[in-house]
Amino acid sequence: MSKYTVAVLVRNQSGVLNRVTSLFRRRQFNINALTVSETESNELSRITVVFEGEEDYKQQLVNQLYKLPDVCSIKEFNSDNSISCELLLIKLVNSPETRDEIRTASEAFGAVVVDYSKDSIMLRLTDESHKIDDFINLMREYTILEICRTGSVSLEKGGTTIRQMINF
Amino acid sequence: MRLTGSDILVRTLIEQGCDTVFGYPGGQILHVYDSLYKYQDEIHHVLTAHEQGAAHAADGYARTTGRVGVVISTSGPGATNLVTGIATAHLDSIPMVAICGNVPTNQIGTDSFQEVDITGVTLPITKHNYFVGDVTELADAIREAFTLAQSGRPGPVLIDIPKDVQMALCDYEPASPVQPIKPQPAKEIRIQEAARLLENARRPFIYFGGGVVSADAGAELLALAERLDAPLGCSMMGLSVLPTDHPRFLGMQGMHGHLAATRAMSNADVILALGVRFNDRATGNRAKFSPGADIIHIDVDGSELAKNIGITCGLRGDLRETMRGLLDILPAAKKPVWWDAIATYKEEEKMYCDTRPGMTPKNILETLNTYLDADTPVATDVGQHQMWAAQYLHFKAPRRFVSSGGLGTMGFGMGAAMGAAFATGKRSVLITGDGSFGMSLQELATAVTYQVPMVILIFNNGVLGMVRQWQTLFFEKHYSGTVLERKTDFVALAQAFGAAGERVEELASLQAALARAFQEAGPYVIDCKIDADELVLPMLPPGGSMDDLIMKVEGKI
Repeated sequence: MSKYTVAVLVRNQSGVLNRVTSLFRRRQFNINALTVSETESNELSRITVVFEGEEDYKQQLVNQLYKLPDVCSIKEFNSDNSISCELLLIKLVNSPETRDEIRTASEAFGAVVVDYSKDSIMLRLTDESHKIDDFINLMREYTILEICRTGSVSLEKGGTTIRQMINF
Repeated sequence: MRLTGSDILVRTLIEQGCDTVFGYPGGQILHVYDSLYKYQDEIHHVLTAHEQGAAHAADGYARTTGRVGVVISTSGPGATNLVTGIATAHLDSIPMVAICGNVPTNQIGTDSFQEVDITGVTLPITKHNYFVGDVTELADAIREAFTLAQSGRPGPVLIDIPKDVQMALCDYEPASPVQPIKPQPAKEIRIQEAARLLENARRPFIYFGGGVVSADAGAELLALAERLDAPLGCSMMGLSVLPTDHPRFLGMQGMHGHLAATRAMSNADVILALGVRFNDRATGNRAKFSPGADIIHIDVDGSELAKNIGITCGLRGDLRETMRGLLDILPAAKKPVWWDAIATYKEEEKMYCDTRPGMTPKNILETLNTYLDADTPVATDVGQHQMWAAQYLHFKAPRRFVSSGGLGTMGFGMGAAMGAAFATGKRSVLITGDGSFGMSLQELATAVTYQVPMVILIFNNGVLGMVRQWQTLFFEKHYSGTVLERKTDFVALAQAFGAAGERVEELASLQAALARAFQEAGPYVIDCKIDADELVLPMLPPGGSMDDLIMKVEGKI
């Protein structure tokens, strides 16, 4: 089992996300993270999917994705060929005993305090997914009230783009 | 010119060369039916008894002609009744366009009367589907659907049209029929790699399937076999591409395939697989499938390569063009030693030949063979009768065997045989069982109304034979749910529908019954009584390998 990050450039139409995720469901893949957003062109949306599976299953899934008429291009990413990052919001109990420790840890990870009240503190961190995992694990020492993370987004390093592979 | 959405729909169908549509009306498709009334001189609508029958008829139309079959239904239950028909076409890669009405756009998503999210329902069983919410997009959606249905690997496309879109006015610009997008042949380097493997083959075997039918590549298939001096075998979907009596053709391969074909394939050192997908019914245990052979797989759908089975060389591209590419560079070969071995496989097969007299499946079908013209379309339902038909019918022309392979849809045959008759203008034959016929016999009404020339041959054994066969072999004869203690009189039933029919209990009277049936203007039912214990053999047990082939059971063939 390996973890894969795949970006899928699709036509910006209703129902397209459903078509893409239904292929994952059919093959019993669990999606670890999924992001969808508009792109530099308003006719195209970009879906970034992170999932785990066997190599041949992953290849079959990519092959099936290519068969969807709404799919324009697909790019597989790894840490060598791409930059990935994710956004985390985390809300913790604010108590005089833990306040300073949380601040120190936040500074070490580059997390920013975005909301502060007498009994709660909210932090924002943007980084690679494994760094965010590490930060959350560290915060488990304190009392986590709520977590929300966006899932990874990725872009290829260098001048090439996913659109250069487009197959309309 | 300004037309309503429904007029645009029908005009676009006509523009795309569609001459016949199968369907059933209802509340949310009324406007389309009004347009069909208006244009009835240019497009023929066939009203079936049930939407499922209409979908299978469109499928039978497509299988026998290669053209897109079109089916029309209303929203909700009309649309869901198409689902089995669409899934059948999807699994067998049949070009079909299904058109459904839906509730007006302002009621979509409110659970209105007869509203179903049919684009959601059919998502995994169509190549693509459209919800047309704007009349300005309607004509192009239909043209795109026709393009997609026929391009690359064919398949069904659904178009969902809300009622207000059918009523809305829009400019209509006629266009010419769309041309399917033809994929490129496989890469030259891959063709050369395949050719090298084939050149070095000592025991080459060609295994072909429905892809050769879609690609219309029968001539190239034979040329390749001649060039390589190879025998050929096929999946069920490949039947009728080659004449059954062609000396190189060893027959269908797989779970109930011919012994010689099975033996040749498992002893081959190079298998050239053309337009097949190595379905579990064709391979048995995949881990033990022809383990020593190099497999070269050519398919128009790249996702089929290495999907079900490990291959040595995969070629994605237009099947016929890729086969021509191989023919351009392959030298001629002679394989006398290999053919000596094949002769022994054929001898071995002969030893198991069913020579019993009387109403055996083989004798019934061989009698039927003498009545079949080269271009008679033969449809089947699903079960034992289907496998017997696949084993014993003599095919002479391509696209003349119409059978649900991938989905295995009982109830497919009546609609499909009617669609085949409408499409070809020929008398069609339906081979069915009492179980399968029970799932679609209401379409007799349609066949009588339109006086469709059809010979309906029921293999009546009073049981669900194929399931029962599995119970016989693998469930200690626990006949759970497979004994049909019905009192249906199929002859009286045919008469009640306005069709002719007769019962045949002895082989001697079958000849005369068939003679009458092939003279009848409309449908003719022959209720053939056969023994409930007849088995389809050979049989590869599920998950078994070629060594586990069951050839004989308890004194029966």
